[in-house]
Amino acid sequence: MEQVFFYIFAVVAVASAIAVITARSAVHSAFFLVICLLQVAAVFVLLRFPFLAAVQVFIYVGAVMVLFLFAVMVLDVGRETFGERLHSQSIPAVLTLAVLFVMMGLLMFSGKVTVPGGPYSEAALARNTEIIGRALYTKYIYPFEVVSVLLLIALIGAVALVMRERVKVK
Amino acid sequence: MIDYVWLIPLLPMMGAAVNGVLCSRMPKKAAGLIGCLSMGIAFLISVSILVKLLGLAPGERSVEITVFRWITSGSFNIDISFLVDPLSTLMILVVTGVGFLIHVYSVGYMHHDSGFGRYFSYLNLFVFFMLMLVLGSNYLVMFLGWEGVGLCSYLLIGFWYHKKSASDAGKKAFVVNRIGDFGFILGLFVLFWSLSGHGISSLGFKEVFANIHHLNPNIVGLIAVLLFIGAVGKSAQFPLHVWLPDAMEGPTPVSALIHAATMVTAGVYMVARNSAIYSMVPAVGEAVAVIGIFTACLAATIGLVQNDIKRVLAYSTVSQLGYMFAAVGVGAYTAGIFHLMTHAFFKGLLFLGSGSVIHAMSDEQDMRKMGGLHSHMKITSTTFIIGALAIAGMPPFSGFWSKDEILWESFRGGHYLIWAVGLFTAFLTAFYMFRQVFMTFTGECRADSHTKEHLHESPSVMTVPLIILAFFAIVGGVVGIPFLAGGSKLHHFLSPVFGHGAATAAAAVSHGPGEAIAAVAGEGAHIAESAAGAAGYAAHSSLEFILMGVSVAAGLIGIFLASLMYYAPMRALAPSFLRPEVIAGRFSALHTLLYNKYYVDEIYDAVVVNPVKRLCAWSLSFDLGIIDGIVNNTAWSTRLTAWFSHKFDIYMVDGLVNSLATAVNFNSGIWRRLQTGYLQNYALIFVLGILALVVRALMG
Amino acid sequence: MLTLTHFLILSFLLFLIGVAGVLIRRNILIVLMSLELIFNAVNIVLAAFSYYTGNLNGTIFVVFNITVAAAEVAIGLAILVCVYRRSQTVYVDEMDEMRG
Repeated sequence: MEQVFFYIFAVVAVASAIAVITARSAVHSAFFLVICLLQVAAVFVLLRFPFLAAVQVFIYVGAVMVLFLFAVMVLDVGRETFGERLHSQSIPAVLTLAVLFVMMGLLMFSGKVTVPGGPYSEAALARNTEIIGRALYTKYIYPFEVVSVLLLIALIGAVALVMRERVKVK
Repeated sequence: MIDYVWLIPLLPMMGAAVNGVLCSRMPKKAAGLIGCLSMGIAFLISVSILVKLLGLAPGERSVEITVFRWITSGSFNIDISFLVDPLSTLMILVVTGVGFLIHVYSVGYMHHDSGFGRYFSYLNLFVFFMLMLVLGSNYLVMFLGWEGVGLCSYLLIGFWYHKKSASDAGKKAFVVNRIGDFGFILGLFVLFWSLSGHGISSLGFKEVFANIHHLNPNIVGLIAVLLFIGAVGKSAQFPLHVWLPDAMEGPTPVSALIHAATMVTAGVYMVARNSAIYSMVPAVGEAVAVIGIFTACLAATIGLVQNDIKRVLAYSTVSQLGYMFAAVGVGAYTAGIFHLMTHAFFKGLLFLGSGSVIHAMSDEQDMRKMGGLHSHMKITSTTFIIGALAIAGMPPFSGFWSKDEILWESFRGGHYLIWAVGLFTAFLTAFYMFRQVFMTFTGECRADSHTKEHLHESPSVMTVPLIILAFFAIVGGVVGIPFLAGGSKLHHFLSPVFGHGAATAAAAVSHGPGEAIAAVAGEGAHIAESAAGAAGYAAHSSLEFILMGVSVAAGLIGIFLASLMYYAPMRALAPSFLRPEVIAGRFSALHTLLYNKYYVDEIYDAVVVNPVKRLCAWSLSFDLGIIDGIVNNTAWSTRLTAWFSHKFDIYMVDGLVNSLATAVNFNSGIWRRLQTGYLQNYALIFVLGILALVVRALMG
Repeated sequence: MLTLTHFLILSFLLFLIGVAGVLIRRNILIVLMSLELIFNAVNIVLAAFSYYTGNLNGTIFVVFNITVAAAEVAIGLAILVCVYRRSQTVYVDEMDEMRG
């Protein structure tokens, strides 16, 4: 049953990802990206990380994609012709990607990607949201604070960058 | 209280942050208050740490305080942690104490400057990095401070960046320091690499010093040399001394704090901190001492003929730093640190005094236009003369005790040449300092009438620090007087730090025989002896008194000679061949050589700077030629032949240097084609990198 | 039964598609979206390894990753708007002022 759901999510995710990079208009791309991100959230649920799935939906689908849509509106780009879409280095790029595809496939089936066991048992993993919460506020409190400051800086920086110089009124 | 040692660097950092963020929004008073207050509190904490440390038994006076884990990479961990031991306590006392006085002085000196808040922000930031340097308990924290003080020095030298000479001087200081830092970091790499071969992946001082004897002496020698290159850059020793005199373009309190009292002594501190390494390789120690004493003499001779009041002091600083290196080089670490401390007092005092003079003279720095200032500014001139007496090594001023200890240690260690050169330099020091005193404060005032009208004593916010520093310049030597009851207090205080070197050397003996190591053992025994301090002094005291007399006599002769040549009442008595202009005329070649600082800057220009510039210019023309050749197909063949004949010419005429340049150039001609400026070309190269990694994983 | 390889292959496909988007598309908006695809591929790998190794550090990394990605998008789009105002183009290959 799980497997069936995984294949559904995976196929939709890959298909929408391909649609993202082939769509003719940026608005379409953005909508396909939303679909793809939702599939990734579903994959997180399959991995028994409901917390991650929620974060994924809130931040990516809720915040990031809205930003993208705003940007699309501000930049006002319409549909593009096929020639406009492609970069001049497409041929070497595609060749490189093909080689990478083969190599990574070989790597994946060579059995070299293995996993050693970790500290948490199956039972402990069942309440992983609690463990993550604790770790975030104890062991990872410094990175957590730093990331929050980073977000604040990004917020202020984005506003400062986009704001136009206003003529000062006396 | 020792647990709160992290407050000491934190306070200046907070001061720097507040002043830096709010500098343009804040009244000057608030900026000055924040700067001074953060330093004052840091100084009080340092004093309380000293008190706590003195309450501990001598064997336990080394406490490591870990604040947080900085870097984790596998089994390799680096903490932000502080080492509180006698050496670092002494250093933080000097840094925060002298730093506090200089901050207070700056409030007066920089009063009219528009960059007041920026200035205090930089100054506090500097103190923060300096404290990290001296307090760090591992090499990386030390390196953090080491680079940070370099940055702040650059910022403060170029503080008046609209003046081209100032921004050039800042760049010069930065680049020259970089050469030294390169050696320093290579030293760290070698140290880490060789130690990890023995299963020790740590850069903490304790672990490194406890295991350094496992290493091959040649490797240790290499590490010592590389670290010393760093010290040469930071402490302005020959051949990297050229930046310090130019650094005088910065505000005078900056020269006092960074380029006299604290930052430039970081090299001495570093060598002393690494006494365990240096005492393993006496040959490197000898080299350190020789370079030190050579620099001392070289800089002193240049100082004889300079006319800029701050440049004389700058060369004097280079010279005194040479003394300190001579001391740590011969294994007399305590003497070196002692001189570092007293030097911080009297050289800080001299610089602040010269700042007061410059302030009064409406920013005039040429001593030929000064004179007779004693009647206008009594406090400044009195304190300045105290400082000059201290640096000239007159008893009972502090400089006498420390300088004499260096000379005595080098004599006792059998380094007679170093002793002799040091003695001669002491004579030169006394001479040029009193030449400066007489030219500035006595005789007729040679300033123009406009400046004369504005002559005034500085406000009390500037004179009070002068008086306090003068007090310490007089009595600062008390802690190191060898023949008081119980011997030198400083020796006892510092011996746990430097006794370690002897123990390491002794351990080296037990770990492996061999001639080199036997030599190490001899040196180790010598250090153990000098660390024992008082006992050794008793036996040699009569000889020591004679040598003291000799060095005082050298200083007195210097002062007397200076007074004959530059002090008006004595000039009348002097024979005519002692007139400065007569001497300058007779030895005009020597005078020109000295006046132009042995042409070191010019030599560097000719050997390093200009070839690089020429390389750049030539590569430009080369690039243009090649690209035009490709573009203009019609002209291509003509250009090609012209290019070949041109190339032939250059190869035949300019030879090896240019052929090397050609290779570099040709190479860069290819590689610059890669800089297409297209973002996605770069991204493609990333992907190629990933591909390489995947292939590597597939193979391995 | 789902294995680690399932998730690795899914993530690998998303990664390749994302890289292809970055390398081939000229429109910088799409390039940024492709970057998000790459981010998500990485997140899947982290979460999958975290689950199958029974070690939750990887999951915490995903949380940080998502946060950093949000910051990156905010700044990236702001820069994009600035660039667009300056040069009136969204095509990456027309922004070549850094050309050597």
